[in-house]
Amino acid sequence: MNGTLTPLRAWLLMLPLLVIMLSVIGWPFVDTLRLSFTDARLVGTGGEYVGLENYRRLFASDAFWRAFRITTVFAVVSVLLEMVLGVLVALLLFQDFRGRNILRALLILPWALPTVVNALLWRLIYNPEYGALNALLLQSGLMEEYRSWLGDPGSALAALIVADAWKNFPLVALISLAALHAVPQAIRAAAIVDGANAFARFRYVILPYLAGPLMVAMVLRTIEAFKVFDIIWVMTRGGPANSTRTLSILVYQEAFSFQRAGSGASLALIITLAVTLLAVAYVAMIRRAAGGKF
Amino acid sequence: MEQRSLGFSVFLYASALLLAVLILAPFAWLFIMSISSTTDLISKPLRWWPAQADWSRYRVLTDLTPNTHGAALMSALKNSVLVAAIATLAALAVSVPTGWALSRSRAVNWSLGLVIGTYMLPPVALAVPLYMGLAALDLLNTRFGLAVVYLTILAPFTAWLLKSGFDPIPRDIELAAAIDGARLDQTLRILILPLAAPVIGTAALFAYLLAWDEFFYALLFTSDQRAKTVTVAIADLAGGRVADYGLIATAGVIAALPPVLFGLLMQRTLISGLTTGSVKG
Repeated sequence: MNGTLTPLRAWLLMLPLLVIMLSVIGWPFVDTLRLSFTDARLVGTGGEYVGLENYRRLFASDAFWRAFRITTVFAVVSVLLEMVLGVLVALLLFQDFRGRNILRALLILPWALPTVVNALLWRLIYNPEYGALNALLLQSGLMEEYRSWLGDPGSALAALIVADAWKNFPLVALISLAALHAVPQAIRAAAIVDGANAFARFRYVILPYLAGPLMVAMVLRTIEAFKVFDIIWVMTRGGPANSTRTLSILVYQEAFSFQRAGSGASLALIITLAVTLLAVAYVAMIRRAAGGKF
Repeated sequence: MEQRSLGFSVFLYASALLLAVLILAPFAWLFIMSISSTTDLISKPLRWWPAQADWSRYRVLTDLTPNTHGAALMSALKNSVLVAAIATLAALAVSVPTGWALSRSRAVNWSLGLVIGTYMLPPVALAVPLYMGLAALDLLNTRFGLAVVYLTILAPFTAWLLKSGFDPIPRDIELAAAIDGARLDQTLRILILPLAAPVIGTAALFAYLLAWDEFFYALLFTSDQRAKTVTVAIADLAGGRVADYGLIATAGVIAALPPVLFGLLMQRTLISGLTTGSVKG
């Protein structure tokens, strides 16, 4: 028939996207791979083939391992915080009380706030001289003197994590809330009739429904957090004393500030590898959660 | 619903209040900073409420006189609007047919993983060649160049979103149309597009917000008012030598206003879009 979707026609429909993906994703990616084996500069000389030299130097450098550690801490802690806070908020908003719908609507606000504005907002809140956090803690007697939250290597990463978690916990809360609504009313009622206490009901009735969506949210958030750049760039630029320099910030410095395109490319590929492993774990988890139907 | 004890009710409302404060306080503070006088903002102990509301910074930042903060922010807003619009339209143009093909044809369905995979690629893995490529084509610091780069993020994302949006539309009507002699493009145009309009609208909204939020590529590929987007302008202000924190806060309010208003107005659409994918697994 004239109007059926033959495989050839399906491929033709996909052609525009495939062309775009090949030219603005495929080609740059392959070129990054090529560059990672050269000593190319960002501007000017084409660069000589140096084999695995970039990778060898990378794995031998303290800066890389430190950035790797910082990135992992940032990703794990901020995602855990978002998960815990998100689930608690979802359980709260699942209850029936007045004003619940307004609160649900408010959840969209931090999510909709642009990341860069979120960073600016928290930078102002953390300001060592005039920031609201210092004023609040001092005026309520919780602190003796002003602190430089972002200027102290001991607290800068934690301060960034709080700012990131504040913006992203609503997403987890919304996803959890939708999952809670998917729990059949009859099962919840039965558990209450059978005398299960609140904890048992959460553990054995609610959690099984929550686990799948939460896992998806967790891995997606972890991948995002592992790539983190903008919030850190605006709040600390990787400082003080490189205490918040994550892998993406390190790539930026290497490839664009120092214009070492070759070694920047090799570092970028290491991040890609880590993110890919996370993504593979993600797909495997969804498959398992869907009982192998996916 | 079980009978609630008084203690539990108190706990419930206290938690709800705490949550409301947690969400709203940072927003409120950003706004208060934007209308507080500089004296109020640097006073110790800090004044939490301005002695007198000062709206002058909004006038300063919307003033179009060349080489002022206002001109910089307004041109950045215009660039953001245009770049996000071009990129969103282009992404939809390529991802509507793709999403449909992915949804309907077994022959291409396997490539969905590839599409999702590219969406998860870290931008740093493409940045250096894209920079060199844009430089070679003389597209650095242009809105068009940036919009093309944004396609790398938006197109796979909208294709993925649209595929799951096309899935629930019954195939029978397409089959019936084919039997009645409709060509494929007619089926897509006359039959499917109207049915999928809400999904396409959702995809456009998400794509636009995603482009509006983008910072990394914009920072790398733009350098002045001709193409700098609002995220870069905000980062410049936050990291620059501006002494008036109120002015920085005001710029934040202005840059946040469009997406936050969008978010509030379209929250039903956004929430269902954000949650269905992961809940269905």
